[in-house]
Amino acid sequence: MTLLEAALRAVAALAAFLVLPLLVGQAEHKVMAHMQGRLGPMYAGGFHGWAQLVADGVKFLQKEDITPRAADRWVFRLAPGVALVPYLLALALLPVHPGVAAVDVPGSLVLLLAATSVGALGTLMAGWSSANKYSLIGGLRAAAQLVSYELPLVLAVASVALAGGSLSLVGLVDAWSPWWLLWQLPGGVVFLVAAAAELQRPPFDMPVADAELVMGAWTEYTGLRFAFFLLAEYAGIVVMSVLFAVLWLGGWHGPFPDALGWLWTLAKGFVVALVVIWVRVAWPRLREDQLQRLAWLWLVPLGLFQVVLTGVGVVAGW
Amino acid sequence: MEGYLAVAAVVLAGVLLVTAAMVARRLVAPRAVTAAGRTTYESGVDPVGTGWAQSQVRYLSFAFLYVVFAVDAVYLFPWALVLRDSSLGLASLVEVLVFVGVVLLGLVHAARRGLLRWDLR
Repeated sequence: MTLLEAALRAVAALAAFLVLPLLVGQAEHKVMAHMQGRLGPMYAGGFHGWAQLVADGVKFLQKEDITPRAADRWVFRLAPGVALVPYLLALALLPVHPGVAAVDVPGSLVLLLAATSVGALGTLMAGWSSANKYSLIGGLRAAAQLVSYELPLVLAVASVALAGGSLSLVGLVDAWSPWWLLWQLPGGVVFLVAAAAELQRPPFDMPVADAELVMGAWTEYTGLRFAFFLLAEYAGIVVMSVLFAVLWLGGWHGPFPDALGWLWTLAKGFVVALVVIWVRVAWPRLREDQLQRLAWLWLVPLGLFQVVLTGVGVVAGW
Repeated sequence: MEGYLAVAAVVLAGVLLVTAAMVARRLVAPRAVTAAGRTTYESGVDPVGTGWAQSQVRYLSFAFLYVVFAVDAVYLFPWALVLRDSSLGLASLVEVLVFVGVVLLGLVHAARRGLLRWDLR
């Protein structure tokens, strides 16, 4: 691979990173509004407020950047970048079409999981370095939640890796068959719930809880740095949704000519993203201990069950 | 190893994105730093004490549980590559079943001791 090719791949990943999260964000604005009997943004850009998030971005850029006097200055200022950049890498690792992925490495599945875990560090850095009581409580809750839900997530993903006998996302899509829809269903449910919790999305937004913690770890952030955390959240939705589409829904497998494979991957991913948005509207926030009980008493045993089921299935030659 | 050049390029692109955005912010955003503006936010009243304080020790138990499980979960990934091996497959499956049993036993113990329940009754 030449340097030029690597640069082109990085630019492609960057383009996807700047477009897809905004699409999901705009979809959330409009879908959530209509579910609640509102219209949502209607003015920016003219047609049904399509440019609302662009306008938001410009606004964030013009806001003053404040670092509190009490904060741990450099950790505080680095945290948004630490939260954002790993999701760019995770997005770049996702294959959308046979032979089409910005980055293709043999262990892409493991690298992707590692990248998303680093992203979580950004929230922890923000929570601790702000020297704010809301931020500290939010950061602690985030730490507890992220470690608790990381585990069922990893178990569910490991089960798919077992079923496909590969650690490469491309290899797993090639190994996928419609039978997985049933065989891997428990793991799929575990993954969806755990992914929503990893992203700290409602109903798992206890660490952010705007009504009681004033945005938790993000309380002290202003302007662009705050916008980076939001962008990381929406990039996270894209990553988790497309990852679900790739691992559980077969990525580019579908009727119609093979040339439409990329459309299948993106369409499946978008439907999953809509489910993530829908869940936010439909359920109230869980209490902290309920949240932990759900992870440890339901998702972890279910994830372990799925791993055993997959292992038995593979050895029995299903 | 070739693909990792692209990994490095993507990470670099991410760092450049953050840097460029910060430079643009520096050029566009106003700066009017005041002492009041830099105080810690505490819903509009003057902050009491510092933000770094002792807090809920119960979070610690989740960290312990996680360490126990996460180190073990890592081993599942190499297992995925040997499960189809005819000489290792069945033996490794039995071993993993034993292993999952032990781990589950620990979880049940933690739950029975009330580690996962915060409301005292």
